[in-house]
Amino acid sequence: MSTHHVKVNVNGAVKEADVEARLLLVHLIREDLNLTGTHIGCDTTSCGACTVLLNGRAVKSCTVFAVQADGGEVMTVEGLTSNGKLHPIQEGFHEMHGLQCGFCTPGMMLSAVALLKQNPKPTEEEIRWGISGNLCRCTGYVNIVKAVQYAAEKMSG
Amino acid sequence: MIPAAFDYAVPKTLNEAVALLGQNPEAKVLAGGHSLIPAMKFRLASPALLVDLNRLNGLAYIREDGGWLKIGAMTREADLDGSDLIRKKYPLLADTAKTIADPLVRNMATVGGNLAHADPANDHPATMLAYGAQVVATGPKGERVIPIGEFFAGTFETSLAHDEILTEIRLPAHKAGAGGAYVKVERKVGDFATAAVAAQVTLDASGKCASAGLGLTNVGPTAIRAAQAEAALKGQPLDDANIKKAAQLAAAAAEPADDLRGPAEYKRGLIKTLTVRALRKAVERAKA
Ligand SMILES: Cc1cc2nc3c(=O)[nH]c(=O)nc-3n(C[C@H](O)[C@H](O)[C@H](O)COP(=O)(O)OP(=O)(O)OC[C@H]3O[C@@H](n4cnc5c(N)ncnc54)[C@H](O)[C@@H]3O)c2cc1C
Ligand code: FES
Ligand code: FES
Repeated sequence: MSTHHVKVNVNGAVKEADVEARLLLVHLIREDLNLTGTHIGCDTTSCGACTVLLNGRAVKSCTVFAVQADGGEVMTVEGLTSNGKLHPIQEGFHEMHGLQCGFCTPGMMLSAVALLKQNPKPTEEEIRWGISGNLCRCTGYVNIVKAVQYAAEKMSG
Repeated sequence: MIPAAFDYAVPKTLNEAVALLGQNPEAKVLAGGHSLIPAMKFRLASPALLVDLNRLNGLAYIREDGGWLKIGAMTREADLDGSDLIRKKYPLLADTAKTIADPLVRNMATVGGNLAHADPANDHPATMLAYGAQVVATGPKGERVIPIGEFFAGTFETSLAHDEILTEIRLPAHKAGAGGAYVKVERKVGDFATAAVAAQVTLDASGKCASAGLGLTNVGPTAIRAAQAEAALKGQPLDDANIKKAAQLAAAAAEPADDLRGPAEYKRGLIKTLTVRALRKAVERAKA
């Protein structure tokens, strides 16, 4: 069993920790760094509640080891606001009623942010495709799609 | 769920990675981790050492070279999916990458891992059979080339030695008159196939079938090459009657089992229908 000293840039600040090789990235984020906005839903790589950006790409943090992020950059939902101002995607979820219980929301927002970076003006179908790794059990996807459209407009306008 | 404890190594070179595997009979390679880590969390796999390939340079590329399309084993599905070259000239491969899992998984999952895992439910094996691909294995004595038909030894088993790493996948480069398609039935987006068919055809100058490749997903212990169906098409016009005859033969080659995705006979029926659809689309694209 090996332990490793890792340095990860999380939401713009470098964090260090000694981790067992088997520690999952989601546990580093939630338990070592106390950033509990990243959720664990299924724990079996199916639901996307644990989605974070790892080096700019949206990934399921329940299926990546923390050591794999060593030297890299992670963005969690806590990193979306800047200077107390909501990110357009957060605004979109708020304005368009994109959530009910909110469990899936952090993951949805990070998938949406990754999508909009790649494709700033997605069609509805592209949005649905882009969030297809994130499951929502209560809102339904209609308002979530609207939230992403809101953010797309705001960010390109 | 927490995997059993293991050691973790980041080799700096491919040789070092091969040596680490050679020294540790219980070691496993970590590629995208999206089959291996779930299996470790369920404790279906408990490797003593993970050899992480993610920091090795030069294993992720897509390029045409010397009559082949060469794909580095660590190429992510998302990069295949986003490649203009693949979209324009290798539609069967483009179809396949698009249908694998969901965008989050595709950001991590690798093409090499998809083949090396040898899960009959994975989508690339049938596609590579249809293309007549080769894989390159790198071991202590250097590289060897394995025809894809000799690669899958059984469910989750390949002909790779323990200390060999799959480093490259080679597909015959696109030529005029070639076209392909992958048609998959899944219960919902991101699911493994209930059944799927990969078809690749090349038309000769008269429009007849110069060669055909057919691979079947998730209807047997490994992906299946429908060789009799391929042979029946060769030299023939790709009309409806011949396509239907090939579909019969492909369905006969399937060895499906009853499971949560449906009874065996339903899956056999699916293979027949999907073979017709895949061949029609392949022909359409070959003519375009
Ligand atoms: C929710 C979900 C849905 C999925 N849906 C699909 C789907 O629809 N279709 C599909 O095809 N797949 C699907 N997958 C599987 C996914 O594509 C896997 O990522 C893939 O099967 C394995 O690739 P990997 O790079 O993640 O390999 P890993 O998980 O890292 O490795 C898998 C196995 O192969 C070995 N290995 C990996 N790379 C090499 C190499 N270069 N040389 C030698 N050995 C190697 C490893 O040691 C391990 O034993 C899904 C996965 C998930 C989590
Ligand atoms: S908790 Fe990671 S995908 Fe569900
Ligand atoms: S808002 Fe409840 S799961 Fe999506």
